[in-house]
Amino acid sequence: MTQRLRLAGQVAAVLVVAALLGLLGWKLMQDESAVTSELDQGGSPAAPAFTLERLDGKGELALASLRGKTVVLNFWASWCGPCKDETPLLQEGWKRWQGKDVVFVGIDVKDFRGDAKDFLARYGVTYANVYDGKGSTVGRYGVTGFPETYFVDASGKVRYRIAGPVEDAAELDAGIKRALAPA
Amino acid sequence: MRAAALALIALALAASAGAGEQRPTAAELESELVCPVCETTLDTSNAPVALRMKAFIRERIAAGDTKSEIKAALVDQFGPSVLAVPPKKGFELIAWVLPLAGLAVGLVVVGLLAWRWSHTRRGDDEPPDDRGEPLDPALERRLDDELARFEP
Repeated sequence: MTQRLRLAGQVAAVLVVAALLGLLGWKLMQDESAVTSELDQGGSPAAPAFTLERLDGKGELALASLRGKTVVLNFWASWCGPCKDETPLLQEGWKRWQGKDVVFVGIDVKDFRGDAKDFLARYGVTYANVYDGKGSTVGRYGVTGFPETYFVDASGKVRYRIAGPVEDAAELDAGIKRALAPA
Repeated sequence: MRAAALALIALALAASAGAGEQRPTAAELESELVCPVCETTLDTSNAPVALRMKAFIRERIAAGDTKSEIKAALVDQFGPSVLAVPPKKGFELIAWVLPLAGLAVGLVVVGLLAWRWSHTRRGDDEPPDDRGEPLDPALERRLDDELARFEP
């Protein structure tokens, strides 16, 4: 009886430790910037899927719905200083690339909805923008700061990333061309 | 007259009890909410988003919002992770239950070990059984002699 109790205790202890290790692993996987690390190693990781509320009030936008187009994915927030400098450049880029199977999508992260809408109105942004107040996409993409821009090709693979603000039109166009180039 | 006085006192108590909820201070809210970028409480953060949240809290206090209304508004924008203390529901309940469960399991384990230890010790300390083998008469005589030497 005592032997059985001891065995049950040992099994329970092992299960608890395994469960805690599993929880730790799951948390690390959530935080793991798989996209960033794979890009840094020269790979083309699949862009993590998302479905988020549009800031223009037209329902939700799913990344999957843009399959077949090149997507310029820009992470930003209204409180982020460099985002203010970068946004006019992105808006100009959107005008240049619109109608060429290239789509611009802004992801407003960890921000107030109202502030984000004011920001978009102030800078006259016409490309699609979604709201991710909880920052659920940040960890999955491996965003290291704001702003940060990812270039996703037509097959849904991330081909390039610009950490920090896009400096000029040439840098933006170079990123788009990398995503348009055959894999 | 007495009933009226009691009613007045009850009214005053209810009003003062509700005052904490109705009139939160910015300082108490800032210590109970977390900056979503730097993940420290707002009162220790000067990150741009934290400053914006502090301004929002002051605006809502001035507008007469209660503490729970302000917290709910921030959770709606940034998610439950802005709360320094996790809510006692849903997945966050684990944060409350797990330490208590651990404590309970620890107490049970300690109790079981103490019970086992005390039983083992009792067996060691038990006096020799009187019903065992009788002492050798020579040895018993010697023992009596020895004991007699110490008696006054």
